Amino acid sequence: MADFDTAPTLFAGHRRGHLPPSVARAIGVLPRLPLELAAYVMMRRILAQNPRLIARLGAHASKRFAIDPLDCPFVFLIEPSADQPRLRVLDSIEPGQWDARIAGAMIVLAGLLEGTYDGDALFFSRDLTIEGDTAAVVALRNAIEDSDLDPGQLSGLPNRLAPLVSTSVHTLARQLRSLLGAPAGAAPSGTDLR
Amino acid sequence: MELVCPAGTPSALRTAVDIGADAVYCGFQDETNARNFPGLNFSPVELREGVSYAHSRGTKVLVAINTFARAGGTRLWQQAVEEAVRAGADAIILADIGVLGWACRTFPEQRLHLSVQAAATTPAAIRFYVERYGIKRVVLPRVLTVDEIAKLIAAIPCEAEVFAFGGLCVMTEGRCQLSSYATGESPNMNGVCSPAEHVEYRQEGGELAARLGGFTIDRYPEGQPAAYPTLCKGRFKVHDKALHIFEEPASLDTLLLLPALSKAGVTALKIEGRQRGKAYLTATVKAFREALNALEASAEPVVHDLGRFTEGGRGTTGAYRKTWR
Amino acid sequence: MKLTLGPVLFNWPTLAWSDFYARIADEAPVDRVVVGEVVCSKRSPFRLEAAGAVVERLERGGKEVVIAALALPTLRREIAEIVAAAEGVHPMEIGDVTALAAVAGQPHVIGPMFNVYNEATLSELAALGAMTVCLPPELPMSSVSVLGKAQASPELEVFAFGRAPLAVAARCYHARAHGLMKDACRYVCENDLDGLEVETLDGQPFLAVNGVQTLASGVTVLSGEVADLRAANVARLRLSPQTCDMVAVAQSFRDLIDGRIDAAGQLARIAALQPPGKIVNGYLHARPGSSHIPAAS
Repeated sequence: MADFDTAPTLFAGHRRGHLPPSVARAIGVLPRLPLELAAYVMMRRILAQNPRLIARLGAHASKRFAIDPLDCPFVFLIEPSADQPRLRVLDSIEPGQWDARIAGAMIVLAGLLEGTYDGDALFFSRDLTIEGDTAAVVALRNAIEDSDLDPGQLSGLPNRLAPLVSTSVHTLARQLRSLLGAPAGAAPSGTDLR
Repeated sequence: MELVCPAGTPSALRTAVDIGADAVYCGFQDETNARNFPGLNFSPVELREGVSYAHSRGTKVLVAINTFARAGGTRLWQQAVEEAVRAGADAIILADIGVLGWACRTFPEQRLHLSVQAAATTPAAIRFYVERYGIKRVVLPRVLTVDEIAKLIAAIPCEAEVFAFGGLCVMTEGRCQLSSYATGESPNMNGVCSPAEHVEYRQEGGELAARLGGFTIDRYPEGQPAAYPTLCKGRFKVHDKALHIFEEPASLDTLLLLPALSKAGVTALKIEGRQRGKAYLTATVKAFREALNALEASAEPVVHDLGRFTEGGRGTTGAYRKTWR
Repeated sequence: MKLTLGPVLFNWPTLAWSDFYARIADEAPVDRVVVGEVVCSKRSPFRLEAAGAVVERLERGGKEVVIAALALPTLRREIAEIVAAAEGVHPMEIGDVTALAAVAGQPHVIGPMFNVYNEATLSELAALGAMTVCLPPELPMSSVSVLGKAQASPELEVFAFGRAPLAVAARCYHARAHGLMKDACRYVCENDLDGLEVETLDGQPFLAVNGVQTLASGVTVLSGEVADLRAANVARLRLSPQTCDMVAVAQSFRDLIDGRIDAAGQLARIAALQPPGKIVNGYLHARPGSSHIPAAS
């Protein structure tokens, strides 16, 4: 086993990678609308910068995905769809509202999006839970894998600042992962070793 | 030894090329290849772009067209071969003797490899494919020991490629219909095994039940590692005892066997996992690239723990060691 | 339409094995009988002595005898045995390309474990001398129909009765289930004459294990489908031996083909013989092989 039993914990009862309850409570009082808006803008940017993403999803593009950060008191409900992508932030969600549900710690879900993590590995180690339409989840995962979701590019800042943003986000994320005892990510792709 | 890496998407192809793959392998977005999964694989345009990216950096592209053509639909497989030739594929990986016969007659100059799905395990079988269809390389099934591989290579008139890392078929590849028995779809006909469309995970009384086509493949208590419900890695009841009758969830890992495989005369090492993410790809390709570089320089091998990329968190040397049987 | 009795896939005791064939020779209305060990070469030595008498008895009973080759030969000894058998007077039924290479150029039979999915493959095999091709169990009717219309086609056979062979491996699951190594297996497979039951954790019958082979738990019984198969130029039906009364099984198929009973009557007769698992027919209907599609009436 790689690091299943040996992950550091912040405190008794802490599930690895999860935000401490105090932080979660603080996030919980944030107004939903700005969060929803920010997430929506990010999604539109991802779709605009990766025109092949929707094509890869095929028929699964019209499915409803519940993205559930277990350590945060809200859930994202996303319908990628080519013509009218939708994203909502909800306090809670019922099984009838989604076709597929992907749940895990916020830092884990974020790491999955920017390619730090291997979805299969997270699922095997139970850091990630999936429910519902498994094929839709697989399609979404593969479509995201083919996309380049670089934090700098997605920040909307001028191109010359993008690499700086990316580096900072990666560093911050790495420190956060380590602080929260989240599973280790893959090393960033390096130079040609041939 | 040549390092052959999986490319499930154009982005994965670029990643593998950038970190040191000698060759990448990929397939089209349909049932002509054995990883016909939702959201995966290449359109003909993407393949052409991928080939030019790879060639500009000295990496070869192998195109897998390794399912068995559907009766009345063989044109789809022929078109896939035509597209691969047109894209400039360095080799096409085939399994079906119907497709092989057509390809070697239509494109006599095209290099052909024999897919693992053809399950050629003996000198007689491999010679048959070489003499009749002109294959230049055989991808060996994961059922042979290192010793047997060495003897086999000495007796065949073509190159041999073996699996080095990744998902392990317990059954002889290309000769398994377990998936269609449970779901109606199989590797040979549809390019899928235990397809996601038929998978259901359900939380049941503190356990995660994983089902395929309605059959319970395993149950995982809270906190225990889980696995994808691949049929042959499931836990079943035999004589009223629950056990992994076929195989525990595990992935093949041959990092420590590389010197032996090299000595056996293996030409190429294949990393499985076109369906896996870039994180997996990066870690495995790097580990094997470094290990191969060390082997060539006769230096101490760098030891990488690829445990977290394996199923069930477990690496195995599989059939490469005889005790596995 | 003719009937073929496939090889006994399980490790039946030699005496029971010979007695079975004696009765088949005398009583079963089958046209061809495939004899030989398909699954594990460690089982063959015991039967070898009895095999000569069995073949002779079958021929005296008017059956055409075909000799089965091992489905996954890997050892040098196993391959040599196939090459030697290929030189014998009886045609061989082969299950993989190793054996195909040995019989190429002479009349032979392609068994159900060989991958034949399309007309191009069929014509490659015809060119190599195949006289009969038993199609893989998972093939749907749409494919069978296309193959039946293919030019230069060897005669087609479809798996019509028994636990369908689904997979073969290097590993012996029988030994594994008993915590033994393959090389020291103590022949534990001889205890399970219809294969070792593999159930899901919920107790649902699923598969059956037979040494290195995995079979369906469900027993394929084609009945209403037989008329369609005949219309699609399928020349033979394969009956795969299980411990239930195979003479009666063969008789029910013969009566169905000859119009003496209808499909429902044949199905009822087979159900009364208590085959070792649930009756299934899903594959031919392009459904999961484990399913049963009732005849449209």
